[in-house]
Amino acid sequence: MSRNLLELTDIHVSYGRAEVLHGISLAMRPGSIVTVIGANGAGKTTLLNAVMGVIPSTGAILYDGAPVPRSVEARVAAGLCLVPEKRELFSSMTVEDNIELGGFLRRASERGETREEVYTRFPRLAERRKQLAGTLSGGERQMLALARALMSRPRLLLLDEPSLGLAPKIVVDILNIVSELRKTGVAILLVEQNARAALEIADEGYLVELGEVRRSGPAAELAVDPALMESYLGAHS
Amino acid sequence: MHLDATIATFLIQDGLTNGAVYALLGLAIVLVFSVTRVIFIPQGEFVAYGALTLATLDTGNVPGTPKLLLCFGVAAFLLDLWSWRRDLKVDALLRNIALNLGLPLLIYGAVLYLAPLQLPSVVRVLITVSIIAPMGLYVYRIAYRPLADASVLVLLITSVGVHLAMLGLGLIFFGPEGLRAAPLHDGSFTMGPLLVTAQSVLIYLMTILIMIALYFFFEKTLLGKALRATAVNRLGARLVGVRTQLTGVTAFVLAATIAALSGVLMGPITTIYYDTGFLIGLKGFVAAILGGMGSFPVTAIAAIGVGMVESFASFFASNYKEIIVFGLIVPVLIWLSIGAIHHEEE
Ligand SMILES: Nc1ncnc2c1ncn2[C@@H]1O[C@H](COP(=O)(O)OP(=O)(O)O)[C@@H](O)[C@H]1O
Ligand SMILES: [Mg+2]
Repeated sequence: MSRNLLELTDIHVSYGRAEVLHGISLAMRPGSIVTVIGANGAGKTTLLNAVMGVIPSTGAILYDGAPVPRSVEARVAAGLCLVPEKRELFSSMTVEDNIELGGFLRRASERGETREEVYTRFPRLAERRKQLAGTLSGGERQMLALARALMSRPRLLLLDEPSLGLAPKIVVDILNIVSELRKTGVAILLVEQNARAALEIADEGYLVELGEVRRSGPAAELAVDPALMESYLGAHS
Repeated sequence: MHLDATIATFLIQDGLTNGAVYALLGLAIVLVFSVTRVIFIPQGEFVAYGALTLATLDTGNVPGTPKLLLCFGVAAFLLDLWSWRRDLKVDALLRNIALNLGLPLLIYGAVLYLAPLQLPSVVRVLITVSIIAPMGLYVYRIAYRPLADASVLVLLITSVGVHLAMLGLGLIFFGPEGLRAAPLHDGSFTMGPLLVTAQSVLIYLMTILIMIALYFFFEKTLLGKALRATAVNRLGARLVGVRTQLTGVTAFVLAATIAALSGVLMGPITTIYYDTGFLIGLKGFVAAILGGMGSFPVTAIAAIGVGMVESFASFFASNYKEIIVFGLIVPVLIWLSIGAIHHEEE
């Protein structure tokens, strides 16, 4: 057994006095896709932000067998990368500049190589290099957020609802891209409300309710779980 | 006395010269604010330090600023030590010693050696800038870095504190007498009815040059883009690995450099006292506000306007000169607050 890439033990997060994560534990193996599903307000975004270091948390975060570095920037350097719910693009800068900045911590020569890979993966963005990020459509913005994240050559991508606010057809595109990405060896922690689609591409799944893990297991098993089906997957199918 | 063409052209020239310097200061204010949310009130002190340092070097004496720089460095060193009291790493400590003690010592030594040599004015300017620019780094480290996540108001109060502290230090290190630097170039020439001094031409050229340099920095270099990215989206910038500290230090060093250069340009055309910088900086501030604290081009144009208004006001109503200049921001503030109300209603 090779060791886990990410291991969360008893993660607690509070906003002021209100605790919203009450001891979450989770493990994921290198190169795997793990999905965290749950209703709005369950604490999924909070969990990803804690893993990235954007907000403080207590409990242990082991990355590659060692405690994760403290600052966000050091975590980026160590190979973690968050694509946040709100994308957080540089809207008044060009697509090209957004992508370039994704590789901020890497050497110029390495950046050039990854940039070409990224443009090959997202031809839409290549066509819009000179356009301002703020003028892109929702789907293109999500692609740009993914592209920017890939520029850092992450080993662990944290994706926060990549399909949020997108038309159904584009959701399929985006999730296809996500499952394509795993072929490059990157592990993906995928937060989704679109539980059915997420479980389809994931290896493992965690159901979070009110800041606690309610169920976890192989994605294929969760996908056919009758109780889960009713509340999260929609009754039909 | 009434306005004729000769006086008008003279006033315009005067307005342009001052306006060019205000433009530089306005740009530095916008730069610092958009990257760090700090309202850079101590900028005026950097201007005065620059002018006074150059004026002292002109006389062949050693200015007080290198010693002050050394004090800043020591303070930064101690603060770093304190912040690492839990886990001290050797390589970080060595880097810290080099940056906070080595660099100011080196500059101090170089100035001690070079000051009496009566070097050409360009070299004196370079020495001045290399004394003042690192002050931006230490001032950021000492006063602002610990407050990176503070509100704009806390940062503003800090700025007032830094301004007052630097004002006091200016008095200690330079004394209460005003100094006037020698013009970088003595010449002048006539253009029609106009007597143009080489110094004012130098001011225009330097201003344009600095603007071009800034343009290249922000458009073409990754660090420049990182500063813009931080201004546009703070969280986004952190998520790609841009450290708040890095952009903060860069913004402050750039601003201190620009302020020092502004002081060097102003020094030969007005007598500068330890507290003159504040009023000069405020005019840059008026331009920055006219530019909405966000736009470089609008700020630059507004600064020329401020220079013009000031120049003509000093002719028509010299007693009210400052009031008229600072009154310029009132309509803008009203305009902005109307905008804000509309925004809230949406
Ligand atoms: N910045 C914040 N301040 C206070 N409460 C917050 C903040 N962000 C989220 N919360 C609360 O924390 C809980 C979890 O939110 P979140 O992690 O965004 O859930 P999810 O991503 O699963 O929809 C919610 O009850 C939400 O109201
Ligand atoms: Mg969320």
